[in-house]
Amino acid sequence: MSTPSLVDFAKEIRKHTLFAIGNLGVGHIGGALSIVELLALLYGKTMRIDPQNPTWEDRDLLVLSKGHAGPALYATLALKGFFPIEELQTLNHGGTNLPSHCDRTRTVGIDMTTGSLGQGLSAACGLAYGGKLDGKKVFVYAIIGDGESQEGQNWEAAMFAAHNKLDNLIAFTDYNKMQIDGTTDEIMSLGDIEAKWKAFGWHTQRCDGHDLDAMDKAIERAQAQTGQPSMIILDTVKGKGAFFCEGDVGNHNMAFTLETATRAIAELG
Amino acid sequence: MNNKEMRAVYCDTLIELAEADDRIMVVEADLMKANGTMRFKERFPGRAVDVGVAEANLVGVASGLSAAGKIPFAATFGCFASRRAFDQFFLSANYARLNVKLVGTDPGISAAFNGGTHMPFEDVGLMRMIPSLTIFEPADPVSLKALVKESAARYGCSYMRLHRKPIAALYREDETFSLGKGKLLADGGDVTIIAMGAIMVPEALKAKEALAEEGISAAVIDMHTVKPLDEELVLSYAKKTGAIVTAENHQTAGGLGSAVATYLATVHPTRMAMVGIHDEFGQVGTQNWLQQHYRLTSDEITAQAKGLLSK
Repeated sequence: MSTPSLVDFAKEIRKHTLFAIGNLGVGHIGGALSIVELLALLYGKTMRIDPQNPTWEDRDLLVLSKGHAGPALYATLALKGFFPIEELQTLNHGGTNLPSHCDRTRTVGIDMTTGSLGQGLSAACGLAYGGKLDGKKVFVYAIIGDGESQEGQNWEAAMFAAHNKLDNLIAFTDYNKMQIDGTTDEIMSLGDIEAKWKAFGWHTQRCDGHDLDAMDKAIERAQAQTGQPSMIILDTVKGKGAFFCEGDVGNHNMAFTLETATRAIAELG
Repeated sequence: MNNKEMRAVYCDTLIELAEADDRIMVVEADLMKANGTMRFKERFPGRAVDVGVAEANLVGVASGLSAAGKIPFAATFGCFASRRAFDQFFLSANYARLNVKLVGTDPGISAAFNGGTHMPFEDVGLMRMIPSLTIFEPADPVSLKALVKESAARYGCSYMRLHRKPIAALYREDETFSLGKGKLLADGGDVTIIAMGAIMVPEALKAKEALAEEGISAAVIDMHTVKPLDEELVLSYAKKTGAIVTAENHQTAGGLGSAVATYLATVHPTRMAMVGIHDEFGQVGTQNWLQQHYRLTSDEITAQAKGLLSK
């Protein structure tokens, strides 16, 4: 996809995410909306995938470690044709294939089950190691949250990926600077997060997580790296694009009506 | 029969499996030497992963390898495999319906000089709460080899308690085993001893001899798989003998005794006694001292059996 069409794709992802959660009345809207541009870029351009063959062995893989952002990924997958768009309205209903946190056994196109924060990067390491062992030319992408970065397991995985030179692993930190109880600086500061990843042996970049071109270039640089895994820190806004909660610390998991969602969707144009 | 070091049998079995199937991998957390898998690493360097002292990542990486189509055997001491990496094993491996073979070494008192910190009396209890998980503890080198092979061949997560030390064979080399199917080691009509693991199954056999001297006929079952429990075998011997003593190197609460009692309570209430750890922490000592201290002995099984029959 070209950049203008990626902008449109992101807009559609955002709208469908808002509608699905608004239709339900409650959900993890903030951290879903902060990664919309990243998902648009990954599934609109970066990743080698085939919606008609979702279990294609040579596809690129995504581990959404911050599994609560599932609704944004479901909207992305539905728009790409992995499953019917109408299915988005079943979000979190009993018996749905779209649970609040990602489940590889339920949702077509989901590569790894996540939801207990801090576990996804380890799984991504295993996928990347396995891919290398098989001589596959596939990339494993992982998205972790900034609050999630407080989980120690991430740093076990960080050491593992660098030690094993997993240059087919490209991770992103959704640095929206907020977590449930407040800002990350108030609750448990990440400090110099770039320095931390660099110190753990990762090729580390930082850019605006809502700037498609900047992210695209960063990913290309990450793909070209050899001998070390890549981390791309994305400066994002939690609740990006939703007038009723953008940048609010209370938007992690919040109630809002379908009427509010509809208004927000209209404002997106 | 000659004793065989169980960890060596474990490694030999994995090497044999790996020769035929390139999906077989070993994942360890700085216990490759202790768990005896160095030879696997020498034979298949790329397929042996050491994550360092990081058990959460051990299980997480194994889950990712499984998602990549591998069959990872991830091992660490049982205390860490269960208590420390429980959520990782629960979610990244089991809830994700992957194919991770987790191995907890040094079950119960076999942790000996590592002491109470390293002495898992609760790992089976924790693991039994995970839906669909297969949980087993081989009692000898022959069953170890067979059950590891079967575990590798079956898709789905498993948890194996592995006694690392030398153990005498209880079975002939050509004996066959099936996960979820207990082995009747000796028949009897008065009482049934259902035992699990490399310490308690031999004790159960000794207890049978002691009981025989007193005119009591005891059946002995090696219940290597605690989940799924061989309900058919349990029920048939509950009906046949009307008295059951369970024997395990683990807390009776949550362990084999609990599994047998829970099943029988709902279908065929039976007089029972449980030999095992009764709500205590572990502590340091020789295995022999610990065995006496916690009464994980043939004498205790014998006494419990006689107690049941006198009621």
